[in-house]
Amino acid sequence: MKYSLASLFAGLIFGFGLIVSGMANPEKVLGFLDIAGLWDPSLAFVMGGAIIVGVVAFAVARRRTLSFLGFNMKIPSHNHIDKRLVIGSLMFGVGWGIAGICPGPGIVALGAGEIKAAVFVASMVSGMVIFELIERNRAKA
Amino acid sequence: MIEIAWSNFTPWSALAGGILVGLAAASFLLLNGRIAGISGILGGLLTPLTGDIAWRIAFMLGLLGAPAVWLLAGDMPAIEINAGYPALIIAGLLVGIGTRYGSGCTSGHGVCGLSRLSLRSLVATLSFMATGFITVFVIRHVLGV
Repeated sequence: MKYSLASLFAGLIFGFGLIVSGMANPEKVLGFLDIAGLWDPSLAFVMGGAIIVGVVAFAVARRRTLSFLGFNMKIPSHNHIDKRLVIGSLMFGVGWGIAGICPGPGIVALGAGEIKAAVFVASMVSGMVIFELIERNRAKA
Repeated sequence: MIEIAWSNFTPWSALAGGILVGLAAASFLLLNGRIAGISGILGGLLTPLTGDIAWRIAFMLGLLGAPAVWLLAGDMPAIEINAGYPALIIAGLLVGIGTRYGSGCTSGHGVCGLSRLSLRSLVATLSFMATGFITVFVIRHVLGV
């Protein structure tokens, strides 16, 4: 229960951050990605602000084996750079560049009642299902 | 030559929003011990494990509910989606498959991964930023859409 409440809280604040920053607006994101047009560098500041806070949080987290609510820390430890990581990320970037929507802002825009966001999120979840099916087939083979 | 769109430039709200995103990721990490990676949290719901479902749904409800809660206090900033439906479908599929295959998106690799100085996440972030810039360049300046 505590775990889920903390998750709900984090999701909500995350959503506020995306709204305040302009990241929830795909046109703003495309303005950032359009370096050859009239470039809007604002979103670099979103990344910067988030990472400043994040670096401190991870420095604290690294010294702990249990979270402040007493749960096991689940910080990824693998540092393996492989084809999957690079190809997957390259694919994600193409999708991001087409519509200006990444997963978090897609969910927030859906919550704001945007029909187009619903279409995007439905396709994104379908993509995730396709990934799971491919993985399952590969595991069998 | 890079031309800056000064009239659209909003460094302060971007920084403030970024700090909020960082605080959300920090609270999730320090309270629950987990990385706030949106694609991973959502993707985990597709192969549900016992006891691993409720918190994922709770996080998603928080994200989904943010605009409604925001509206209690004031007006929502504009959300402009100019891509057409076929483009949205292709983009969604690529984002869905790509983020799962590459184990993360802008939040998991971009924010959390870079914050913990992970080389793996740096490679992922540079990869999706690169194709993001290239894709917009091709669509707007080569195809001229």
